[in-house]
Amino acid sequence: MDLTTQYLGMKLKNPLVASASPLSENLNSIRKLEDAGVSAIVLHSLFEEQLALETLDLHHHLTHGTESYAESLTYFPEPVRFYGGPDEYLEHIEKAKKACAIPIIASLNGYTAGGWTKYAKHIEQVGADALELNIYHIPTQFDQSGEAIEQSYIDVLQSVKKQISIPVAVKLSPFFSNMAYMARRLDEAGADALVLFNRFYQPDIDLENLDVRPNVILSTPHAMRLPLRWIAILYGHLKCNLAATSGIHTDEDVIKMLMVGANVTMLCSTLLKNGVDEARRIQDGIVEWMEENEYESVAQMQGSMSQKSCANPEAFERANYMKTLQSYQPRS
Amino acid sequence: MNSKYLTIDGNEAAAMIALKVNEVAAIYPITPSSPMGEYIDEWTAAGKTNIWNTIPLVQEMQSEAGAAGAVHGALQRGALTTTFTASQGLLLMIPNMYKIAGELTATVFHVAARSLAAQGLSIFGDHSDVMATRATGFALLSSCSVQEVMDFALIAQRATLESRIPFIHFFDGFRTSHEINKIQVIEDDHIRQMIDDRRVIEHRNRGLTPDDPVIRGTAQNPDVYFQARETVNRYYEQCPDLVQQAMDQFAGLTGRQYKLFDYYGPADAERIMIIMGSGAETAQDTVDYLSQQGEKVGLLKVRLYRPFSIRHFVAALPETTRSIAVMDRTKEPGASGEPMYLDVVNAISEARREHGLKIDPYIIGGRYGLSSKEFTPAMIKAVFDELKKDKPKNHFTVGINDDVTHTSLEFDAAYTIESESGIRAIFYGLGSDGTVSSNKSSIKIIGENTDKFAQAYFVYDSKKAGSMTVSHLRFGPKPIHSAFLVSRANFVGCHQFNFLDKYDVLEKLDPSGVFLVNSPYSKEEIWNHLPQKVQETIIAKNVKFYTIDAYKIARDSGMGGRINTIMQTCFFAISGVLPREEAIEAIKTQIKKVYGKKGEEIVKMNFAAVDRTLDHLFEVDYPKEVSSSVPMKAAVPSEAPDFVQQVTARMIAQKGDQLPVSAMPVDGTYPVGTSKWERRNIAQEIPEWDPAVCIQCGKCVAVCPHSVIRTKIYEPSYSDSAPDGFLSTACKDRELAEKKYTIQVAPEDCTGCAICVDVCPAKNKSETRLKAINMKPQAPILEREKVNWDYFTQIPETDRSLVKHSSIRGVQSLEPLFEFSGACAGCGETPYIKLMTQLFGDRALVANATGCSSIYGGNLPTTPWTKNEEGRGPAWSNSLFEDNAEFGLGFRIALNKQTEYAAELIKNCESHIGTQLVDAILNAQQIDEADIFEQRKRIEEAKHKLGNIDTAEADHLRSVIDLLVKKSVWIIGGDGWAYDIGFGGLDHVMASGENVNILVLDTEVYSNTGGQMSKSTPRAAVAKFAAAGKPLPKKDLARIAMTYQHVYIANVAMGAKDEHTLKAFIEAERYPGPSLIIAYSHCIAHGINMTKALNNQKAAVDSGYFPLFRYNPELVKDGKNPLILDSKDPKIRFKDYAYLENRFKMLTKTKPEEARHLMQQAQRDVSSRWSILKEMSSDGSTNDASTDGK
Repeated sequence: MDLTTQYLGMKLKNPLVASASPLSENLNSIRKLEDAGVSAIVLHSLFEEQLALETLDLHHHLTHGTESYAESLTYFPEPVRFYGGPDEYLEHIEKAKKACAIPIIASLNGYTAGGWTKYAKHIEQVGADALELNIYHIPTQFDQSGEAIEQSYIDVLQSVKKQISIPVAVKLSPFFSNMAYMARRLDEAGADALVLFNRFYQPDIDLENLDVRPNVILSTPHAMRLPLRWIAILYGHLKCNLAATSGIHTDEDVIKMLMVGANVTMLCSTLLKNGVDEARRIQDGIVEWMEENEYESVAQMQGSMSQKSCANPEAFERANYMKTLQSYQPRS
Repeated sequence: MNSKYLTIDGNEAAAMIALKVNEVAAIYPITPSSPMGEYIDEWTAAGKTNIWNTIPLVQEMQSEAGAAGAVHGALQRGALTTTFTASQGLLLMIPNMYKIAGELTATVFHVAARSLAAQGLSIFGDHSDVMATRATGFALLSSCSVQEVMDFALIAQRATLESRIPFIHFFDGFRTSHEINKIQVIEDDHIRQMIDDRRVIEHRNRGLTPDDPVIRGTAQNPDVYFQARETVNRYYEQCPDLVQQAMDQFAGLTGRQYKLFDYYGPADAERIMIIMGSGAETAQDTVDYLSQQGEKVGLLKVRLYRPFSIRHFVAALPETTRSIAVMDRTKEPGASGEPMYLDVVNAISEARREHGLKIDPYIIGGRYGLSSKEFTPAMIKAVFDELKKDKPKNHFTVGINDDVTHTSLEFDAAYTIESESGIRAIFYGLGSDGTVSSNKSSIKIIGENTDKFAQAYFVYDSKKAGSMTVSHLRFGPKPIHSAFLVSRANFVGCHQFNFLDKYDVLEKLDPSGVFLVNSPYSKEEIWNHLPQKVQETIIAKNVKFYTIDAYKIARDSGMGGRINTIMQTCFFAISGVLPREEAIEAIKTQIKKVYGKKGEEIVKMNFAAVDRTLDHLFEVDYPKEVSSSVPMKAAVPSEAPDFVQQVTARMIAQKGDQLPVSAMPVDGTYPVGTSKWERRNIAQEIPEWDPAVCIQCGKCVAVCPHSVIRTKIYEPSYSDSAPDGFLSTACKDRELAEKKYTIQVAPEDCTGCAICVDVCPAKNKSETRLKAINMKPQAPILEREKVNWDYFTQIPETDRSLVKHSSIRGVQSLEPLFEFSGACAGCGETPYIKLMTQLFGDRALVANATGCSSIYGGNLPTTPWTKNEEGRGPAWSNSLFEDNAEFGLGFRIALNKQTEYAAELIKNCESHIGTQLVDAILNAQQIDEADIFEQRKRIEEAKHKLGNIDTAEADHLRSVIDLLVKKSVWIIGGDGWAYDIGFGGLDHVMASGENVNILVLDTEVYSNTGGQMSKSTPRAAVAKFAAAGKPLPKKDLARIAMTYQHVYIANVAMGAKDEHTLKAFIEAERYPGPSLIIAYSHCIAHGINMTKALNNQKAAVDSGYFPLFRYNPELVKDGKNPLILDSKDPKIRFKDYAYLENRFKMLTKTKPEEARHLMQQAQRDVSSRWSILKEMSSDGSTNDASTDGK
């Protein structure tokens, strides 16, 4: 049984990749992920805004209240060195590389072309096998056009691509007027893969305290329908690879994603919920299914159910809903 | 000689040498010496080595007594060992110092000399502490300047190794320890050459070892002790010569020659001043000035004060000496003269008698400069002038007006010798606006980038919130010796516009000098906003007047409220101290140097501020006529009491130096309730109440650190005469529904911390961003709220019998007897103190350990402890840092005895008072406030019946009868006291079983001295002396106390469960034995958002790190488990709490690996402590819903 797949110019032993999550924050769980059979690990993200905010926050607290009262002119020892900015993250990449043999994909999260470039270069230097650009942005300005927003994605990608030679994947949200057009532009701008899709943490209302609170909800299986549709549509039209993320919880989910054309599938919520060993169970399930259904390799099934290859391509299009209704036959 | 220069302060200079020539340092924080220990801790944490290429080991101890013991032990093992201390700390070291000297052990203690607590504590500089060690056998070597601190630190080290006499190397606290000056640095090679390794090895070989055992520290009997004591004489005889040799060798290496007694002045001087310390620097400048005018005056600087070498002393005096003034920076009440005066008198007498000294000068002695009192050329001239007289005044004072015993010399305050060359600048700023930082940066730029010399000295406020700073800077072509504040400035910067009508900021500005003001007004508008006096001065002095809106630039550049870089750029641009372009470049280089390691964002932000500044800096073209009628503000309102008008107001207005001796209480006793007159107006925003939204829960009142939010429940008739805009509503308490309820803010006393808004649970239903109180800009509502506050204070206090004292809702309207303190905005300690005063203040005695609470509670000019309308309130005192529990126990045992005596007397006076009343008094329960109220009535009745009976017993009874009303003893202090320095006493007091209430305001660091680690500091937190993160867990004081089984103990965190705190306070006070309340107190030293600090308290509890519990021994009587765990099982991880705070987060940025490791261990600490408490409280765990506060 050949489970190998191509992703970001690498031959991966199977299509199960651990996506950016707290699991990749420490070396122990990275080792456990490898032991559980995942073929690559996307590290937790280095957040562009967080870097800036942390620096300013630290500075504020080191200066707040100082030089005011003669007995307490400062409140903290003056450190000789700060591992500010990306230092700690870069060290983590280095250690992760040493801790396991599978590819390590670093992740940068932000939305401006500014600081990224520099961090990307450092990430390459410390040995990351590839970089995932997580463009995490909710535009709220009333005077910013969709065109400008789309261009900003292209700018970010190009500025990073110019600086580094390791492959770059772009993880993005589905909220574009025409996802296919956007995917093509990113493909043309040099993206080595598209990771579909980003899930934003949606705010919630706390009725007891009348507060707006970020509310982290792990993905549910129905979340995979959206990437499934778009991978199916995009497959075969782009040079870049496609990675499926969101709502992939079972072996069947993985198989479906591969069939619509994903090169890899990203696992996160299920590993957090069921433990790292879930990856092993999923892999076993895939093998079992492939054996039962006489598939020889992952490559064989990849794209087999894409819009291009399937029997009813219109099922992936908007008209799908109406056809569903028309095909509904009330029981007599 | 080609030397490297550094621009540093005295503490850093001493620490640099101490690091190089020691193997061990045992330290303990005390102002103003703490930075020496902090430097050495930071440097060793960063791997800096001594001259033997090994990193010295630094050990923080629990007290200076402990530090001295550890030093003694390390020395006995032969390690080169040092310590740093001052004041009370040095006093605590004295017993060991006798031992160390008696055993002829080489060591150098570096001392930032400071006043001793007498009628009051002072953190400032004089020689009282050092003088108290004269008899220990330590050599005393005095430095006068920052340069000398570095030089003498090394000379002392060599001399101690050569002589085997231990040394105190001292310099003036603050004036030298904190003065920044440009000095030549001693090269490592020279340090190496000064220390003879043979002596080091001899020292080491004298160390105790089981490989070659000896016994040292024996007990001796009358037969030999005396002789043995005399064995050291020859070492003391040789010591001065060995010090001089060290000075000579040092001169050979560095070119700087010192003498044991350094004479300065013309060879034929007739009038000589003899002085030690920084005063000698000013005296040197003054001697130069007077000599140029033909005055025959000279100066003898005393370097080696002990052993006092008469031979060297007389050799240094000019043969023409006719009169001598000996200046002592100390006071020895009752002595026939101050110590150095007596030494000089004796030396001259002995030298004349025994060594044929020819001169016979008239010698007088005087005191100067206590507690960093300015010592100026004017005062020095007054002393020299006095020496001209036929009968000069002996035992004089100078620098004050002693109108009581008339010791003081008059001096001309306007006299100045300020150099014409160079720049002399004064900057007025706030602590929070970064003024001091900008000046520290400027002096480094000039000191380290030019060949100019530079000096900076900073004067700070006595308050921690909204505190004013005054920076005094000098730059010039020659080394700067003037150890006094700038007396004539050619540049004055006022970084806060609202200082202009409070302080005379232009007083010291030279004619045609520069005046730079940060103001919100344009160059066209500003003139019309200036007070009349400022306009007059600007015109009269023909001032060059500049303005900038620095806050706007700061906001635009992302700098928030810090205008340091902006004002610094202005100073360089206007002063011309460097060419403008060069200056900008230098500022940017300095920004990179200081902030570069912290992140690019900060550098960028500061660069942006620099780049925007010059376009917004304007010279003001002002008219030559005064147009303003804006008066200067009075320091206190006219209705303030006499003492406040006559004394306190002068201190507030920065004119305290002018108060005569007669204005001061003779025994340190001051009236209470003075903070209410200061009205500091430091808040930009203050809370405003919305009665329609308010649910009257009282949480805002409970958490307000400065007691500026008050509520009253009162008769509706008071609303009728209320001013317009005075808000009230119906009281929501069903039983009080006919009454009115008002929340009123004291608008001029609020610090604007906004913690009240954060805690407010009531949200506006239509616009949820609004609550029942909301922050509003102060200026537009100030006048209205001043009127409202005045009216509010006239409404009678809420009838205490109407409200429930067992709920926060009820307690809110009890009058606090602790108000408007000098604590930090958002302080986590003061709400607990305030709560105590609301509940028990009218019958409380408070023993307060030295620390934050003694400073915001007792630092002049104004103090927050106050009294109620009946004239009752907490009686407060501070003894020391280390003895507070014992001090409070002293209150208790005195009360016990005097109450017993009162009971005996009242029984004896039964015939006058009546048996029934006496019995009622003696058998009164006095458990709650109603009981106390009844007892007070009985006592009044008894007093009435006692009338004017003229017997000795009646007289005695009248003096103690009030003690028959139960008193509440509170022993209050921080964790530095309770966990460390005062723990022995605390333990003993708990063991005594006496009825005292111990309130530990647990900030988990030494907050007052700037955040040094205590044994309460949690594992994984960064603190001073724990730069690499505290490796061990917080001491569990509560569980230690539980071992006694008779101590009431509560762990409380008001921010997590205020009702629980209240319940614990009430139970603790009622408990008839010792009670210990450990109160989680968030602190500015945690590096947190102080506005949201209650969330940190909640998180500390939710994580299980700071569990809430009560241990009530009384429950055992009912067969119950005394331990009640009041918080629920941890619901968040320790790190979810910890990483809300910079003290933990910082380690992830400085030592990420250690941070991870320590955080794991810290989680285990939390989990294991929780399990133990859970186990201990099983069957006792109630998770009592009644304390939920909901």
